[in-house]
Amino acid sequence: MNLNKKLFLVEDLNKAEKVATRDGYGKGLLELGEKNKNVIGLCADLTESVRMNWFAEKYPERYIAVGVAEQNLAGVAAGLALAGKIPFASSFSVFSPGRNWDQLRVSICYSKANVKLCSSHAGLTVGEDGATHQALEDIAITRVLPNLVVIVPSDALETKKATLAIAKYKGPVYMRFSREKTLVYTTEQTPFEIGKALLLREGKDATVIACGIMVAEALRAAEMLAAEGISVDVINNHTIKPIDAETIVNSVKKTKAVVTAEEHQKTGGLRGAVLELLAERNLHFAAGYVAVEDTFGESGTSAALLDKYGLTAKYIVEEVKKVVKKKQVV
Amino acid sequence: MQRIEASKKMFIKKNKEITAKELKLIANKIRQDIIKMLFTANSGHTAGSLGMADIFTALYFKILNHDPANPQFEERDRLILSNGHICPAQYACMANAGYFPEKELLTLRKLNSRLQGHPNKLDLPGLENSSGPLAQGVSIAAGYAYAAKMDKKDFTIFCLMSDGEHQEGQLWEALMFAGNKKLNNFIGIIDRNNIQIDGYVENLMPLEPLRQKLEAFNCNVYEMNGNNMQEVVITLENVLKNRDKTTRPSIIIAKTAPGKGISFMENKYEWHGRPPKKEEAESALKELQAERERINESDQ
Repeated sequence: MNLNKKLFLVEDLNKAEKVATRDGYGKGLLELGEKNKNVIGLCADLTESVRMNWFAEKYPERYIAVGVAEQNLAGVAAGLALAGKIPFASSFSVFSPGRNWDQLRVSICYSKANVKLCSSHAGLTVGEDGATHQALEDIAITRVLPNLVVIVPSDALETKKATLAIAKYKGPVYMRFSREKTLVYTTEQTPFEIGKALLLREGKDATVIACGIMVAEALRAAEMLAAEGISVDVINNHTIKPIDAETIVNSVKKTKAVVTAEEHQKTGGLRGAVLELLAERNLHFAAGYVAVEDTFGESGTSAALLDKYGLTAKYIVEEVKKVVKKKQVV
Repeated sequence: MQRIEASKKMFIKKNKEITAKELKLIANKIRQDIIKMLFTANSGHTAGSLGMADIFTALYFKILNHDPANPQFEERDRLILSNGHICPAQYACMANAGYFPEKELLTLRKLNSRLQGHPNKLDLPGLENSSGPLAQGVSIAAGYAYAAKMDKKDFTIFCLMSDGEHQEGQLWEALMFAGNKKLNNFIGIIDRNNIQIDGYVENLMPLEPLRQKLEAFNCNVYEMNGNNMQEVVITLENVLKNRDKTTRPSIIIAKTAPGKGISFMENKYEWHGRPPKKEEAESALKELQAERERINESDQ
C-alpha cells in the first residue's frame, strides 16, 4: 500500500461508502447559500435530479426555475452574473452544455461572466435512460472554449469541495458530475484546489491519469496491478482545464507510460488534454486509454454499462499491462 | 480613456431640455458617422444601423440615465443590444456622447480596434454585453432585470432586438421568462424593419401577428414609428412612465425603414450586410448633409 499519506485517503476501498457526486454538489450549494448571499441557483426543470432542491427549499428567494429552456438558462445566468450575482446554473450534461453551447461561448465565456454551469448525469452511469441522456462529449466541447475552467470531480466529497471552490473563483466554470452512487475514496481532510491534480498513489511502471468516477476505479486497478508486481502512479486530474502540467509531466517523465481513464468519448476529453500536453513536451512514452470507443451508449444498469463499454478497474489493469509492455519495446 | 470635454459631458447628463430638433441633428450626425465608418471598414451592416439611428440617439441623448465619464456607475440604465450587428449606430452614439474619442470610430472592424465587428463588452467600457449570435441579449437582459428586482434597484434594462431574431427559439424562452417573473423593468425595443439577410422577413418566415404573439407572452406592447424623433421620445417616456404601473415587461414595436436617410438604401434588404462603395458613400453623405440643412431651417 503506497497511498500518498498527505492526502488522507480512505485506506481500504472495500470499506468506502457510496454516494453520488450530485449529492456533493447539492450539499456544497446548500452550504454556499448560507455563506454567500450572492449565490443564486437556477435550474431547467431538473431541480431534484441535480440536487438543487436542498438549496431551493432553504433559499427560495435565490432559486430561479427557468423551465425546460437551457439556452435561456445560460443567458439568464449570464445576465445575473453581469449584475454581480454568482449564478449556479444546472441541468443534465447532455442539455447543458449540449443545447446551450453557443450561449456558453458568447454570453458567458466571451464576456468572462461569472457563471457556474454545473451539470449532472454525465456519462454512461445515467443508466436506463439510455444514449440520448448519457453525456460523453461534454468535456470535449467545453475544454475548447477560452476563459472556461472545466472540472470533473471524482467523488461526492470532492464535488462538494469543488462547488465551494468555484464559487470563490471569479470567472466561468463548467463542472460535470454524475447520478449514480460511487465510491467516496477521499475524506474531509483531502485537499482540493482548482488546477492542482493530486498524485494519489506512487509507483514506477506507469502513470494512470483519471477524472470523475474513474479515479476510484484507477485506485482499484492500482491495487490489482500491485498484486502482480506492477506499480503505478495514480493521478486524480479533476481539473481538465487549466491542466496541471507539472504533476502530469513529472510523473510521465518518471514512468514513461501513461493510461488515461474517463467516462467520456476517447476523443477530445481527458485523453486529448493529456496527450496534447505530453506531445508539446517532446517526451518519449507509451500511451493507452480507457474511454468510450467513438460510440453511443444504451439502456442498462450503470454497472452493466461500465462493464460492457470497458470502463472498470479490470480494463485499466489490461491497458496498463499493454503500455508497460509497449514502452519496453520503445 | 481620454478626458471628456466639459461641454459634452454637460450635454449628455440626462438632458431633459434637449429639443427634438437637436436630437434630429445628432441623429443626422450619427448617420454620417455610420456611413464613414462602414466605408472605411469596407464591411459591416448598413441598413439596420441607419434605421436605428434615431432610436439610439433618443436613448443616448435623452432617455437613458448614464454617464460617459463613469460608465460603471451603479444606478445607470442598462442598454443591452441583442442584435449586435447594428453596433455601428451604438458606437457612433457612444463616441458622440463622450465615451471615447470620435476619431476612434474609423477603427471599426480593424485589427486591434476596441470597436469589434460585433460588440465585445470586455474591449469597450460602456458596453453592457457582448453580442452577435441572435437572441442571446434578450436572455441576458432578462437575467439582469431579475437581478435588479432582487436587489430592489430602480434602473431600467432596455433590450434592443431585431425583428429577424424573433425567429430564434431562445428569444421566446427569454420573453416567457420575463413575463412569468414579472420583469416590468425590462423594456424591449424591436427594430421592425422587415428585412433579414436572405430577404423580407414577412416573405421568408413571417412574424405576424407579432403584437398578439408578444401579448400572449404576457408583455405590454407599444408601437411607434422608429424614425420619427418626436414619436420615439414620447413613446419611450410614456413606457417609462407606465413602467411601475404594470407587472409586465414592455415591448415597443418600432417600425423603421432600413437604410433610413439614404434614398437608394431605404427598404432594400440587399443593404443588410454590405457597406457603401466610395461613390455610394459620397452620395449618401451628400444626401445627409442636405437633410441636415433642412433640419436646421425647420422649426422643430
